[in-house]
Parts: sequence; structure tokens; C-alpha cells
Amino acid sequence: MTPSERPKTGRPSVFHTSRRRFLATTAMGLVALSASGAHAKILFGTGLPWDSGAIEPPRQVLPGPWTFFTAREAEMVEAIAERLIPADDLSVSGKDAGCAVFIDRQLSGHYGSSERLYMKGPFQQGLPTQGDQSGLTPAVRYRQGLKALDEHCRRTMGGKSFTELSPEQKDQLLTAMEKDEVKFDGPVSAVSFFGQILKNTMEGFFADPVYGGNRDMVSWKMIGFPGTRYDYRDHVLKHNQKYTLPPVSIGGRSDWARKG
Amino acid sequence: MARKLPRKDVVVIGLGWTGSIIANELCDEGLDVVALERGPWRDTATDFNIGYAPDELRYNVRQELMLRPAQETVTARNNAGQTALPMRQFGSFHPGNGVGGAGVHWAGITWRFSPADFRLRSHYTERYGAQSIPEDMTIQDWGVTYEDMEPYYDKFEYLAGVSGKAGNLNGRMQEGGNPFEGARAREYPNPPMMQTYGPTLFAETAANMGYKPFPIPSSLLSRTYTNPLGVTMGQCTFCGFCTNYGCANYSKASAQTTVLPVLMRKSNFELRTLCEVLKVNLDPSGRKATGVTYIDTSGNEYEQPADLVVLCAFMLDNVRLMLLSGIGTPYDHQTGKGTLGRNFCYQMANQVVGFFDPAKYNFNNFIGGGATGMAIDEFNNDNFDHGPLGFLGGGSTRCAPIGAEPISRRPTPPGSPTWGSGWKKAMRDSYLSNLSVGCEASSYANRGNFLDLDPTYTDRLGRPLMRITFDFPENDLKMSAYVTKKVAEIVRAMGAQQIDENPRTGHWSVVPYQSTHVVGGTAMGMDPSTSVVNPYLQSWDVPNVFTVGANVFPQNSGYNPTGTVGALAFRAADAIRSRYLKSPGPLVHA
Repeated sequence: MTPSERPKTGRPSVFHTSRRRFLATTAMGLVALSASGAHAKILFGTGLPWDSGAIEPPRQVLPGPWTFFTAREAEMVEAIAERLIPADDLSVSGKDAGCAVFIDRQLSGHYGSSERLYMKGPFQQGLPTQGDQSGLTPAVRYRQGLKALDEHCRRTMGGKSFTELSPEQKDQLLTAMEKDEVKFDGPVSAVSFFGQILKNTMEGFFADPVYGGNRDMVSWKMIGFPGTRYDYRDHVLKHNQKYTLPPVSIGGRSDWARKG
Repeated sequence: MARKLPRKDVVVIGLGWTGSIIANELCDEGLDVVALERGPWRDTATDFNIGYAPDELRYNVRQELMLRPAQETVTARNNAGQTALPMRQFGSFHPGNGVGGAGVHWAGITWRFSPADFRLRSHYTERYGAQSIPEDMTIQDWGVTYEDMEPYYDKFEYLAGVSGKAGNLNGRMQEGGNPFEGARAREYPNPPMMQTYGPTLFAETAANMGYKPFPIPSSLLSRTYTNPLGVTMGQCTFCGFCTNYGCANYSKASAQTTVLPVLMRKSNFELRTLCEVLKVNLDPSGRKATGVTYIDTSGNEYEQPADLVVLCAFMLDNVRLMLLSGIGTPYDHQTGKGTLGRNFCYQMANQVVGFFDPAKYNFNNFIGGGATGMAIDEFNNDNFDHGPLGFLGGGSTRCAPIGAEPISRRPTPPGSPTWGSGWKKAMRDSYLSNLSVGCEASSYANRGNFLDLDPTYTDRLGRPLMRITFDFPENDLKMSAYVTKKVAEIVRAMGAQQIDENPRTGHWSVVPYQSTHVVGGTAMGMDPSTSVVNPYLQSWDVPNVFTVGANVFPQNSGYNPTGTVGALAFRAADAIRSRYLKSPGPLVHA
């Protein structure tokens, strides 16, 4: 449509009248459709709508009662974490680093329930290239996987539970699970349960200590990761030189805490 | 029943990089602009607070800033004979969500595509003959030239404060820059980043092998910089929490750090967050958009009338909205007819990890950022003779330590145990002494790769999910094998004791992260039978609809896309301002 073809009535094109209109607008400000930050908002003419604390900082996980695991389940998870990351001259064990506490708190939160993931059906078996299609949440995987592991041990290890096995027996069983050589009863396979707990144990061992694992930044000290320092400009050009400052976490460092 | 709101001149869907640029430009023209953003408000001071921004679990592993699949995902399959299934969690790529979009968590590598890229089919035909292009490879020209794009690349680079070294200033080659790039009118706005040990060793080795290394063009800034809009950014601190994180230093260019402080103060701009557009409304002729319908988080529906609709969402959503709205003709892979959803492409991500002697090498890879590092372009695009090779395309080779957050980045040599004391020792020994060199390579369109609406799976609002039908074409797999071997030669020459070569192989999988550079589906071009939008990104079918994003790429280059996406946003805005507003209607007559 060329300008000459424009209709004579109505607004020919707002593009030519809009400046007048917006200059006439006086009601500038922040209009929230809802009091809650989680609801739709209209923002205009206000500059940047800073809303301090709009995003929640992480809360320090403290050791204490289990929030997801039963005492029995927690004992098994700790025993597994102790074998996946054994205590040796490099570090304390995964258990002592807090990995089970980490996993417990993660399973109680949005991770455990898969609430942020796509959980609509139909659930159908796919190809490996199509990713996990099982529909089981991590919480269910742990509950079912630990139960199946316990039953498997009692059935095949002379009535012993997993936690009663020797370190060598535990390692043999975990290795067999990793290699898909063990068959679990129930919906969670041994190999997928092994993958799940290995992944989460490593997350707990290497994540910021604020989440309950990596106690006192034990893994970061082991490998030389300085944590959350956030500014390395003075070291960029120090090629091939060790970085010597100790690590810092979101919560700081234990020697910053008030003594006595 | 949707509540009808007062008319606006322009509705912009999505307030990321392109939405912010378009909205700001059109506000400068005096238009009343409203942006609808499906995600939340995000800003540096509140959302990327330095006290807790460096949190690998939250941002990199649990993907806090990304689109949540519960809100929307895609279904995927490798070919039309398979049943597509939903990506229940994002793996292969990470769509963004919220103000700033994927431009919040991007790496910051900011290339210009090469002159040959924009006329790819013509270029290969001229150099190697038409028979060099396989019958099922549907690569095509963009309908613009590099020379057309140059002023807009310049605008985006100066907006973002890109730090780099020109290789070609007005046709004069520059020492230390990329000798393969197209001519630039002027230098980058900021000098290159400092380089850590790894990229320095890579560059020295590459130079000894006869290659021409240059600093990666970086939208993480090498110094304090005030852009043409008057917004000041800070110097990058190499914090190592960059890709997949928001930047707490105001150092990574994003809508937040370059445009929004200006745009949000404009009285003719309005932003509605947590408002998701359901469809673009058309008049009975189907040739004119009347506005959009959207839904807020309380489930209230609104009709927003507007004279101009600009789709600036993540590229997959731009394509999906056009499919849901009936704008354009959906592609039929069997007949090859139709254009909407055609030429969906990806990025071939290849990588070589070198394991060096821990007693001699300390790379401190935790010192880094998404775009710090050195590159060579000898194996990119058509910079090498493809005549005898049996494939087309290539990639940019770069050593760019983006950080070494330890949940995700602690590789061990092939054959190492995955747990126990043996794993601990291998991992500890490798952590500071491994170095990765990648080759981010082209993805060429193929007749069997396309986007359409899934017949089974729906989002939380009941709308069909986007369905991706995609696999790596044989051409791209051959190319990946070739370039990865070349990269491995360099890593070996750098002194690695052991090498782990990872060219892309086999079938595309949704599981491992590869790249968020999904492109295509609404190709731009001069021919409406092979493109959805014209070279000004205007719909051929509905001229008051424009779409700006990587969805307009006809195929992908061996470069990261954001520089080109930003330049296209400025070019589309310029076309709207200087031509469309004077005479609303088709800017190109087919």
C-alpha cells in the first residue's frame, strides 16, 4: 500500500501519530498486576525496575535430620559415597564430605520432584538419542533403587545388607552395577541407579559447600580450584605459574568465622 | 475470552538481544512499543549478584537461567520415519528464558560471517561447480551480501563493545588479526583480551606450523567502555563463571549491559514480563496481522492490537509462533514444497582434549571466560581447498578456556577409572594440566532436516510442541572428521602426552550438550519459494510481521551466530525506520 492509497477515514497509520500520543501519556510508573513477583508485571518509563532480593540466594544446608531419606536409606547412600570417593591421602571420603546430606536435600527440592522438567505423557520407550523417557523422578529412582539394591544384597550375599559388605565386596558390586551385570527387581535398573548416584555424589563433592557437600571445600583444595574468587586479572599473564591463594566459597571460608 | 487492550504501534515478542535492539530503535522513531516477555525480569544487580552468581550447581548444572522444559520443550527424532519424543530435560542445547534471553548466558564470542557465507550456493557453484553440492543439500544464498551487512555488524560490535583485532581494514591486511575475515570499515571498539597460558601456547604452536592465530572477538570486555547509547560496561575479570551464567561484573555484553538501561527509561516503551504470546492474530484475508494474543501467569488472556508485530523470541519459538499463527506455508519434506520449518540446521561441535605432563604444565583453566582465547581460521568455511576432499564447510578452531568449574569440567585421560581412588588421582593430575581445543563448525541444510508441530505432545497450555527432525548429514560428518584431525595435529605439537579426539560422529543425540546454535526454519532470501522472509526479515506472506533471530539463517556457518543475529536486528530496524514506516507494505516485490 502506497501512502496515496491509504484509507481516508480512521487512523491511516499510527506510525505518523504516535509521537503525539505517547507524549500525552502522563501515567508513568510501575504497575504490577499482582503483588507477587512470580506474576505478570507491566513496566514502563521507570528505568530499571530493581527489586532487591528478587532472586533468592541459596540457603546454607546444615547437617541435621534427613529430609528425604529414611535412616536406613541414608546409611546406604553414605556407604556408596564412601566407595565412589574413598578416603585416601588426597581427601576425606564422599561420606565425610557430606555427599549424602547434599543428595538428601536435593531430593527434597525441585530436583527430586522433576518439577521443572517436561513430565507430560505419553511416556514411551525411545532411542538412546532421544534421552531419558522413563518419567521416574530422581526421588522415585532413589527410593526404588535403594530398595532393589538392598533386596539384591540380601538375596545374593548370604543375607547381608549392602552396608554389611566388606569394602572389596561393595566395590565389586558397584562395578558390576556400572557394567550392567546386575539385575534389579523393580522399575529402576542397576546400571541407571549406579549412574544416578555417581552423578549426584560427584555434584555434591564438587558443588559449592552451601549445598551440604564439599565440606570445607575439600574437593577444591584437592584439585586447586579457587572457588568463587571472581577476579583473576592479576594472574592472567602469570603463565604456567601456580595460583596460590586458598579457595573461597559462596559462604566465605571457615577461617573467616568468628573464633571462640 | 481475551480482554482487548488499547492499540500499540508495535508489539515485540521476546526481550532478548534482538527484541531490545528493535524496540530501542523503533522507540527512537517515536513509535509506541510494547514488548511481551514470557520469562521474568532479570538484571545484573538483582539476578547475577556477585555474592552468589558463581554457583555451578545452580546455573550450569540445574540450568536456573534456562527455559524450563515444564514450561516448554521440543520433541526430537533423527528422521521422519521415527516417532519424535520430548526432550524432558534440555541437553543438546539451552534455550534462554526471561529478559535478556539466551544472551544472558551466552559465551560472548562475536564473529562476522564470511563474505562467502552470504552467497554460499553461488560461491561453491562458482568455485567447484554445481555438481559439488549434493542433491539433498539445500544450502542457499541469503539475499544480502557481506558488504550490505558490514555497517550493521559495526553497529552491533560498537553496541556490545567487542574486544578484538581487525584482520582486514578496508581491504588492507592487519598483522595479528584474522586474515580470512571480510573487510571492516574500522577497528574493533576495544583491544583484544589478555591471554592466559593455554591459548598463548596454542597460538605459538599454530604460528610455528604456519597458521595465522588471532584473538577471539569477545563481547567480554578488555577494558571499561561506554557504548554509543551511553551505557558503561566494566572490564572482564576472567572469573571463570561465564557461559551459562549471568555476569556480575557488567563485563559480558547482553541486553542488560548495553541497551536496557536506556530502553527502560523511554516513556514510549512498555514491557510486560511473564506474558507468553499464544499467537499472532491475522485479519480474515490472512495477509495482515492485527496484533497478538497472550496469556499472563494467572491464566488471563489479552488481545494486544498492533500495526506491526516483530517476533524476537528464541529462534525455535519464532518458528513455532509462525506455525501456530498460520503465517507462511509449512514445509513438506516429501515434496520439498513449502518453506516454513525448512532448512533447520545446527552447529557441528568438535573438540580435542590434550593431557599434558602435570609436573611441567599448569594452565589454570579456571581463569577464563566464554570468549577469551586464540583462534585460527585456516579450516573454516571455504578457506581451504575442498576440491579433493569430498565435503563442503569447516569450522573456527580455537583454544578458549571458559572456566573450570569442577562438577562439569574435570576431564580425565581416556581409559581412566570413573570413581574410586584411581579416578581421584587421574582427575587431580589432569585438572590443571589439560587443555581443550575446539572446532565449532558449519551445519549445512539438508532436505530431511526440518521443524514442524508435533502431533502428540503439547505444552502446559495445550499447544503442540515444536518437533525437530534432524540428523547430521554425511557431508558434515566428513567435515568434522577432517577438521578434528587437523586440530589434533596442533594439540600434539603443543606437547600433549595423550589426546582425546571428539569429532561429531553418528546420529544427533539430544543428551550431551553440544551447542545452543540451532538455526533456520524461516530462511531469509530473495526467492519466496525457498525463503519465509525477505532480506529485511519481513514475512513474504504477512508484510506487517518481521522476525529477527537465528531462525532466518538459511544454514549455519563455522562461526557462533550472535554477531550476525545482532547485525540482522540493526538491519531490520533500519529497514523498518527508513523504508517500511514511510510506506507500510512489502519491502521487496517477489
